[in-house]
Order: sequence, then C-alpha cells, then structure tokens
Amino acid sequence: MNEEQLTGYPYIPNSVPAVKEQMLKEVRAESAEDFYEDIPERLRLKEKMNLPQPLWSECALKRHVEGILAKNKTCREYLSFLGAGCYQHHVPAVCDEVNQRGEFLTAYAGEPYDDHGRFQALFEYASMMGELLNMDVVNVPTYDGFQAAATSIRMASRIAGRREVLISRTISAEKLSKIRDYCKPGMEIKLIGYDFETGQLALDALKAEISSKTAAVYMENPSYLGFIETRGDDISSIAHDHGAICIVGVDPISLGILTPPVEYGADIVCGDIQPLGMHMQFGGGQAGFIATRGEEKYVMEYPSRLFGMAPTSVEGEYGFGDVAYERTSFAVREEGKEWVGTASALWGITAAVYLALMGPRGMVEIGEGIMSRSRYAMLEIAKVKGVKAPLFQSPHFKEFVVNFDGTGKTVAEINKALLARGIFGGKDLTREFPELGHSALYCVTEVHTKDDIDRLVDALKEVIEK
Amino acid sequence: MSQVITRQRSTDGKPKLRRFHQARWDEPIIFELSREGQRGILVPQVEDEIRNEVGDVLATLPETMRRKQPPKLPELSQPQVLRHYVRLSQETLGTDLNIDVGQGTCTMKYSPKVNDQLARMLEMTELHPLQDEETVQGILEVMYRFEQILKEISGLDRFSLQPGAGSAAIYTNASIIRAYHESRGEAGQRDEIITTIFSHPSNAACAKTAGFKIIALYPDEDGYPDLEALKAAVSERTAGLLITNPEDTGLFNPKIEEFVSVVHEAGGLCAYDQANANGILGITRAREAGFDLCHFNLHKTFSSPHGCGGPAVGAVGVTQELARFLPVPVIEFDGSKYHLNYDRPESIGKIGPFYGVAPVVLRAYAWVMSLGAEGLREVAEIAVLNNNYLLKKMLEIPGVSAPYAKGKRRIEQVRYSWEGLTKETGVHSEEIGLRAADFGVHYWTSHHPFIVPEPCTVEPTESYSKDELDEYAAILAHVAEEARTNPELVKTAPHNSTIHTIDHTPLDDPSQWAMTWRAYLRKVRKEAR
Amino acid sequence: MIEKRLGLIVNPIAGIGGRVGLKGSDGAEIQKKALELGAVPQSPTRAIQALERIKSMKGVLEIITYPGEMGEDAARACGFEPTVIGSIKQGETTPEDTRIAAQEMVGLKVDLLLFAGGDGTARDIYSAIGEGIPVLGIPAGVKIHSAVFATNPISAGDLAMLYLRGRVSSLREAEVMDIDEEAFRQDIVSAKLYGYLKIPFRRRLVQSLKVASSPGEKASSEAIACDIVDRVGDECLYIIGPGTTTRAITSKLGLNKTLVGVDVVFQGKLVATDVNESQLLRLLEGRKVKIIVTPIGGQGCIFGRGNQQISPEVIKRVGKDNIIVVSTPEKINSLGGRPLWVDTGDRAVDRMLSGYMRVVTGYNEQVICKVSC
Repeated sequence: MNEEQLTGYPYIPNSVPAVKEQMLKEVRAESAEDFYEDIPERLRLKEKMNLPQPLWSECALKRHVEGILAKNKTCREYLSFLGAGCYQHHVPAVCDEVNQRGEFLTAYAGEPYDDHGRFQALFEYASMMGELLNMDVVNVPTYDGFQAAATSIRMASRIAGRREVLISRTISAEKLSKIRDYCKPGMEIKLIGYDFETGQLALDALKAEISSKTAAVYMENPSYLGFIETRGDDISSIAHDHGAICIVGVDPISLGILTPPVEYGADIVCGDIQPLGMHMQFGGGQAGFIATRGEEKYVMEYPSRLFGMAPTSVEGEYGFGDVAYERTSFAVREEGKEWVGTASALWGITAAVYLALMGPRGMVEIGEGIMSRSRYAMLEIAKVKGVKAPLFQSPHFKEFVVNFDGTGKTVAEINKALLARGIFGGKDLTREFPELGHSALYCVTEVHTKDDIDRLVDALKEVIEK
Repeated sequence: MSQVITRQRSTDGKPKLRRFHQARWDEPIIFELSREGQRGILVPQVEDEIRNEVGDVLATLPETMRRKQPPKLPELSQPQVLRHYVRLSQETLGTDLNIDVGQGTCTMKYSPKVNDQLARMLEMTELHPLQDEETVQGILEVMYRFEQILKEISGLDRFSLQPGAGSAAIYTNASIIRAYHESRGEAGQRDEIITTIFSHPSNAACAKTAGFKIIALYPDEDGYPDLEALKAAVSERTAGLLITNPEDTGLFNPKIEEFVSVVHEAGGLCAYDQANANGILGITRAREAGFDLCHFNLHKTFSSPHGCGGPAVGAVGVTQELARFLPVPVIEFDGSKYHLNYDRPESIGKIGPFYGVAPVVLRAYAWVMSLGAEGLREVAEIAVLNNNYLLKKMLEIPGVSAPYAKGKRRIEQVRYSWEGLTKETGVHSEEIGLRAADFGVHYWTSHHPFIVPEPCTVEPTESYSKDELDEYAAILAHVAEEARTNPELVKTAPHNSTIHTIDHTPLDDPSQWAMTWRAYLRKVRKEAR
Repeated sequence: MIEKRLGLIVNPIAGIGGRVGLKGSDGAEIQKKALELGAVPQSPTRAIQALERIKSMKGVLEIITYPGEMGEDAARACGFEPTVIGSIKQGETTPEDTRIAAQEMVGLKVDLLLFAGGDGTARDIYSAIGEGIPVLGIPAGVKIHSAVFATNPISAGDLAMLYLRGRVSSLREAEVMDIDEEAFRQDIVSAKLYGYLKIPFRRRLVQSLKVASSPGEKASSEAIACDIVDRVGDECLYIIGPGTTTRAITSKLGLNKTLVGVDVVFQGKLVATDVNESQLLRLLEGRKVKIIVTPIGGQGCIFGRGNQQISPEVIKRVGKDNIIVVSTPEKINSLGGRPLWVDTGDRAVDRMLSGYMRVVTGYNEQVICKVSC
C-alpha cells in the first residue's frame, strides 16, 4: 500500500479524505495550506522532511523497535552490582499495575474535581513520605534527586538570606556539576573534606569553613560512597550554631531502619524515590523529593506545587487543592522561586503504592535485609587477595567502596573481565575520586541472593588471582 | 424498544449529550484503611548462612542512627492496596477516557499503546545506566536515531535529551546562553533576557532562575508580539530572546524572523520554545527562522503519555556553534558503535543524573517511525484543521469570541473569551469549566496573568474525530445556554463529578493548611498521631 | 441562618449631572440645576442591577442599609428584607449622610460595604472609615477615577457575592481619587489622591493548576521594592510619587512615605515630604535626579493624575532616561491591553514621554509598555 491508497492513519481519525473534505468545506478552506497563510513563504519548508521510511503496521513497528532493543543486555541476563544513584530493587507487580492504568498514565492537569483521584494519590504519596521522614511537608515530585538537592540548596539560600553552601566532598561529581550549574547565580560552593579512614565528614574542616555567610550545610546519608554518616547531630549543631540550614540527602528505602534526618537536626531533607517501586529504565525512573517542617518560612520557598486537603460543600468529603497563599514580605526573595512544571508525578503515585504495600514491617525488613546482604558481601569480598572491602571503616547501607590497589589491576580491567563472566561490577571511581586509588562502588540490594554474591566473589577471585 | 433508545440518545440523527457521571467512590485516605498486622507484600528472606556470618547488622549502627519506631505507614493487604488505587485511577479523567481537547497548550494527543508496550519490555526497564556501553547499544541507538530525527524536524545541529520536561529544557537553554556569553567575556554585561507575556511562563521563570533579568513584551492590538516593543527592549545588555511560537493564542508570529534578527543585531541569542510545535511539523522550522536554540516537549508533540505530570523529556536543540555547551554526555556514533562522550570541557555540566528519561524517548521514536515525514505532516495539517473547525463551532456559541487577529486562521489552538457571556449572565469562565466537567470533559482557562478576559484555551490536536469535536462544542454550547436560562446550576457546578464544590479557605491559612495526613490530623482534627 | 452582613449605601444623586451635560454632581446648586434639566437619578437602578446578582444569598445574607433612596428601596426591589438604620431627609441627602452611614455600618461589623456612587461618594466613605473594612463600588457617577469600582454594576454584584460566599478572599488597596470640579469645568484637569480603600479582587476563582498562580499584589509590590532598593545609588536624588507600590519601596528603606504626596529621598533618607513643584525645582538644582512613579487610579496614568507636583518642568529637567516606572503586573493587566498614558499639561513633554517604556514589575522583572498621550 502506498501513500495514495492509505485511507486513514490509525492515530489521526480525520485524515480520512472524505471527512477531511467535509471539514475543509465547513471552514471554507481549499486545503490545509489556507491555515498556514500567515507564515511567510521564506520560512516554509519546500521539501518533505528527510526522515526514515515509516512503518505503518503495528506489527512492523514492533518488530523494528524490538529488534533494536534486543541489542541490549539486561540486568536479568547479567548479574549487576551497579548503583550510584540508580538502583535495582524489586518492583512489586501492583506498582506496575497502577502506573499502567490508562487514567493515571494519560491524565495531566485537570481540576481537583475531574482529576480528584490524581490529587488524592499524590497527597497520599506526600503523606506516606511524611511518615517515613517524620516531616509535615513533602512536595509533588521534581525531576530527580539532583534537582531536589539543587533546589533544596537554593531554598536554603533564600530562607537564610545568605549565599554560601558547604558540601561534603564525598558527593557525586555529577551531582556537584548539577548543583554548580544551578547555583551559579550568586551562590558560592565550598567542599568540606572527609576522614580518609572512615569517609565521615571532617567536623574540624566544617568548623573551620563555616561562618555567618553560610546559608546551608549539605550532606548525604548514606553518602554517595555508601557509608552512613554517624554524626548527623554534630553536623546540624554546627550548622545551627552559625545560623545555617542543615540539608540532608537520603535514600528513602533506608528509612525503615535509619533515623529520619529531622531527628538529628535536618531542616530540609531531599533525595530520589527511584528505589520505591520504579524500574531502572536506563536512568529513566528517577524522581526527586524535598521535605521540610510546616513552618511558613519553609513552605513559602517551595518552587514545586504543594497539595493540601480542603473540605467540600458536602460534609465528610475530601477535596484537594494547591496551597496558594498570599506570599508576604519575608517570603519574597530576590531570585524568585524557580519554576513549576511537568516533572515526575507518575513516579510519586507509584511510590505511594510501594509504601502502602510495604507498610512499616516491610520497610524495616527490607532495610535490615539489605544491610545484612551488603555486609556479607563486604566480608566475603575482603577475603579476595589484595582487595579491601569496605574501604571506609564505617557502617554501610547498600553501597560500599571496594579498593583494588593491592591487586595490580585497574578497575576497568577487572570490570571487563567480570563482564565476560556475565557480571556488571561496581562503578569505577578512579577518575572521580583519584585519592581513593583503584576503587569501585559496589551495590547490593534485596534482589541479590547469597549465591549471587558468592558468584561475584568467585569471579573476582578468578580474575584477580589469575 | 430500539426506537425508544434511539429517541433518548439522539435528536434528528444528532447525538444528545451524554448523561455522564464520573466515578465517585468517596474513598477514604489510605491511612484510614489500615489494619494492624496486614501485609501488602513480603520481602525476600535473608539466607541463614548470611545471618550467621553477619549477625545483628543493626547493632553496628550507633544509637543515634537507628530508627527507634518503625515508620507509621498504613498496613493493608495487597488486594486492598490495589482496589484503593484503582478506584483513585477511576476518579481521574485521563486522555484515554475523555475528549481531552480542553487542556490547551498541553497537546493531549493519543499515546499509542504499542509504544507503552515497548517501553515496558525488559530490554528497556531492566537496564542500568552505568552498564558497559557494549551492553546498551540498543537503547543508545534509539536515542541517537531520535536525535537525528529532531535535527531534521528543527533544522538544528545537535540535541540533548537530558532535561526532564519543557521547563527544564528552557532552563538548559538559558544556561547555555549564559555559558555562551561567559565564553566571550560578556556575562556581566549581558544580563537581560526578553520574552513575551503569551509565551509559556516558564520562559520568564527559568531564565530568572539562571540569573537573568526578565523583560516581558505585551502583545500589540492584534495579539502578536509587539516588534516595536522588542526594539525598545534590546540593548547591549541583551543576552537573548526566549519565545514560544505560535503563542498560546494559536497565532503564528509572521514577523518571527525580524524578531530574531533584531536580537541577533543586539548581540543576543534566540531560543525557540516549541511546546506548540504540533501544528507546524514539516511546515516551518527553527533553523530557517534563524534560531540558535530550541526545545521540544516529547510528552506533548511526540505523544509520550503525560503521566499526571511526568515523567517527561524536554529535548534541547542547538546550532553547531553552541553544541560545545550542551549537557554532558552526548551520544555519538562512530560508524559501528554508539558511545557516551563525556569529553566536553565547555559543557554546562549535568542537568540530571543520567541521559534523560529513556522510555519517553523510546515512545517518541516509535511514534515518529510509525508516521514518517508524510505522517508528521498529516499530524500537523489535521491538528490545524481540527482547530479551525472547532473554532468555527465555538464562535457559533453566543457570547464566545476569539480575541485578536479577527477573521484570521489559527494554528493548533485558540484562546477564547467568554466575556460576552459573562457580561450578559454574570457566569465566569471557570464556572463554565466546572459545569463542563459534568459532561466528562476537561477545560482550561489560561496561564496567569489572564490577559484575555474570561479565557478558555482549547487545543484539539489530530487525535479526535469530527464527532468528538462536535460533542465538545455541543457541551460548551449547552453550558452557555444553561448560563442564560439556569445560571445557578452552572455557578454551583460540578454536580456529576467525583466531589462537590471545594472550599479553598483553609489552603490560604497557615494555621489550617495540611500537605500531609499527619499535619491534617494534628492541625485540623487535633488528633495526636 | 445569617452567615454574612452586607452594608449598602446608595448615593441617590451620583451621576445626576452627567446625562444632562453637567460635569459632576457636587453641591446642592448643581443638583437642583440637573433636576430642573430633567435629569433622572442613575444610581438606584445601578444598585438594583448589582443586588440582583446577590439574590441567591437571600436566606443567609443580612443587608444593612439606610432608609428609602439611600439603599432600602433598592434592597426591597430585589426581594431583600433589609435592616434599616439611621434617618435621612428624602430628596435632600448629603455627603454627611454617607459618612455617618458608613461609620455606623462599620460599627455593626458588616463584612463588606457595597456602595453605588462616584468618586465623590468614594471619597466620603474613605474620609469616614479609612481602610477599616472591605469596600466595593458600583459605578454610578460621572467621575470614576478611583480604582475602587468594579467595571459595571453586574460585575460589582458578582464580585460582592463571590467575596461574601468566601470564594474570593484576596483584598488589595485601591486609590480613592477625586477631581477638582471647578477646575474641571474650566477644562483644567486636576486630580487629587485622597487615600486607599481595601477592595476584594478576584485573584483566583478556581485554581488554574498547570503552573503556580501569580503572587498577590502585596508580594509583587515587595518584589518591586527589593529590585529598586538594590538599584538605588548614593549619588542620586530620588523623587518618589504617590501610590501603594512606591510606598513599598520607601518602606523597604525604612522610611515613612506620605500617603498621597510626592516625597524626596537622598542617600537613604527622606529629605523632603509632600513637596510641590517649586520645592522640587529647587531640590533639583545641580543634582543627579531620578523619578520613581507608578500609575495612579484605575486608568493607567503615570503623570498627571495624583502627582501633578512632578510638573512638566521637573520632568524636562530630569529627562526621560531617568524616569523609573514601577507597577504590579496585576495593575498593568487590569488595563486590558490599553496603554499607560500621560497628561502633564505640556504637549511637548507628553510627546517626549510617549512611545515605549520599561516598567519594573518584580524583582529582576520588567515589561515594555506602550505609553500614549
């Protein structure tokens, strides 16, 4: 069938020639050309665009795309120990079921009447996150954890009326790059060193750098490098003593067993909810959250929308709407409140389903289980000659740095060899943290069995002791 | 029997309005469904051998780091969680359900299900972004190919798929403009970005976030961006122009080229917000108008579903000269393999953690591949035909007008005004919208500020049939008639929706507002939790 | 059950002069003349048009009003049973009646004071109660320069109802202006700014939820103040015109600006307040000067209404480049596409000012506005 024989595109109902004709007649147009008469001739494309030949039939289209995707190797076929911001956790079937529902999948920005379900789902997401974090205000998800961190820092700057932020040096280079770009207008970033033994933020270095110019201290728990910062209360005290705001980035799936940062003094908590029911999707399952207490001065500074409960004209009915207050003088800060737009709402709804399925016991069990497995992995990997695991003498959650200095091999070499054995080794940190030598970031979650970990250890042994 | 049904459902062959009622489950908040001990899912057990070797891992945590009480999440069994969220889904009017032309500027077109299927394949979902490049050649190929497609559609030279939606893309463009002027030592001097009031508000907001001062232009009497005002706005402080075209009025700015040259002459760069690209695919491009940057919303023009507000992609395109500033990494092809190139010393850095929302790109790619150049042209032409057809029907409703450019055609959407009806009946645009919800459709007024009084912005896209467009117009005509004959009914709408009229007052009162259940219990119900 | 109370004042003679060609209705003389010419009172009809919009609140709304032509008649005509207070002389009502009525209604704690009249009535109410309670005007006078009026009686009624039903809760300050009628009859326009009344405005009726709603006027004024204060330099003398937006600027500097006058600031201090033209000309001598003005009244006038002290001579000496116009976006938008305008009294200066001007509308935010003369 060629162009002329095609009587209608499946996605374009009115492309049927008879219907098109009828409609053109009704609007008194000769052809679609009439509608473009205000576009200057010079700007009109004279030729057909040079795009690939279309695959009209669904069958052919599917085959084509499946064919390209078949060139990928997934973390089902390969055993993966990759983390570094995107994690392989189990995605409950009900999570997939809910975010595939056509209503949720294809809704957008209707009113809190016709889209009431969306509002309630996102309110419940914020509420459950509120319980996890022990905080009263959680935003509708932003793009990802990078954005959440960057916005938290700018919020803190607006609230404190200052321009400097102190960040732990163990932050990911890529996240730092995002923060640098985003905080470029007028903010200054200072990196605070860490203890080489433990990885922990160096309190002396923090005390030396902090001043009355500091808007915020930003730390992560667990750190990007996997260890748990154990002196959160000291860090937040130092921050507060100087009138600075304490921002803590967390991994939400750790909060069944780790203390919510607000309890050791965090003012703003942020992070990425991808671990809560989102497939990895090559990095396409990310969504960021920002949480604070309910004080006006914090609430005023959120650039994202905040949904609140409201009564309706029928007693006992739940309604929702934007918390849209008349922003008064102490809220108006120089840079404005960034922006509001489409981000990652469907992942927020998915995370709500995840947390509802897991409940308190599930979150405790998964946290404890992950810690056990990663501890086991560390102990076993450490038995391989020349390998240090974990590099940092601190408790860890699901990720840990493995050092290969004693093996005479580079991480790249080791990972190549592991790849040949069907294993994705940890992220190569050599260029990002040269001071750590030949090190990699390994991640172990609840999807890993003992056999999986043993297989990794055997493979490492083979590769290194060869 | 069939005659009775026919009589009830149509008059003279024309269908009557449907007797719609949205799902109304009066569903409690999930916490209220909690019963102690219930489990929704069980997690994998740690093997005994591991337990024996590691012991009590939680004991290795210092006291201050151990959570004392489990989080107070609700406890439900699995079918209850499912039932609850499926009910909420039913209470949401997605494009799959309704004639979604009322969400103007959002381009609520059909998101083909086959593309969703492809996006859920294991070969897409079970990929980690940091896997060895060898193992992800497939998805890299899709992203690379899609970049080539966008290059052809826009005429520009390089794209990044990293920004997470339209506003993120606009911000990225503003950051690139900033980097460009910095590289020429003019960053301090060039601190003003010009935009228009009818462009998407993010053009102003995102440029401001990037540190620029904003100068906004009001439209001239015909509703086009005012060229004379632009000339008054440019100076040696001009960093660039961020403009949407066609604007939200649906008017294509015939002087767009002059706009670009005025700004170029002043030394600024021009970024084309192509959120409203649906009506001009294959008709006109960013390149020929002289733009240096542009962005497309893959969740609008390119059919990826809106997801209640994301995930999404805002694809950013630039000329060769600006390519060096693009976020890192860029995807390259050496003839046989695809690579992620991080060696970009002048890049603005990262916009997001990895490379962009790959499944959204995958859907967009599949959509273009199903249509081809001819198909995209058809998309544009039918979207515009549908819009002008609906325009004719809307203007037949007494009290409706389409301000500006009288008698002229529109491109893909129209901003209507109900001012005539409001003057006559006192019924406002928002109230008409809420009554329209009683017939199962959405309705959007406008961005703030309301320049057009009593606005209503409708964008049919190419996805709805003539019958559906007729139905939408019939609904609004009916509501307009009710505004004249029974205004109270309209003013107290909605009646057939999920809930009844919301009282907004607590949302403006810091002592009452509650963004989480715990806050609500404490502040409003005065219950401890 | 009574949920809300509405105070209603109808000025029966407002607008009486207009139809018969008299340029206003102040004073018993003019009123007599108008009635002799066959003029028919307009405001009662207008009041009824507005009250018709509120009829649906009959059961829950108490209307408190003055007898007969000052409101009772209009209320009854719409089917209300008003609470009537005070006493008047039918056919001989005076501004004093308006003032007392307003005061009494404030005492009775009405939620909103709705009045039908013109600038004169607005001025009377203002002088009686200041910014005490929310007020809204049904336009029924010849002189409508104040910004306290709705666009027409129907929208006045609508807005009043939305406010009473709680669907609109935002208030903003609106200028009360009045023109000197004697001068007006001699074709000399001279408007004075008397003060501000608080009026409800429809910032949000239903939420437009794709993006965040715009900040309120108070927040906009604050943002503008931040912007200007950042720019204020020590070498310049600043002539600051009246208006709530300009007042936000001086507040930010910690200064007490006069409500309706032109003040002068130098190096962060008020060096002169409520100045006239000659004082300004003296202060200008040998200095770098900038003028900061904002549109006064509902019509978008930046020079010539309420700030004539900044005379053409002053403007000429300062120069167009040194004029900073500030305005909240809400105010610009309320012009509905009409340009800003100037009427300094000097055609040449008017022409110099017209064209396009930058207007500061927020922090680091400006718009380009058309200015006509």
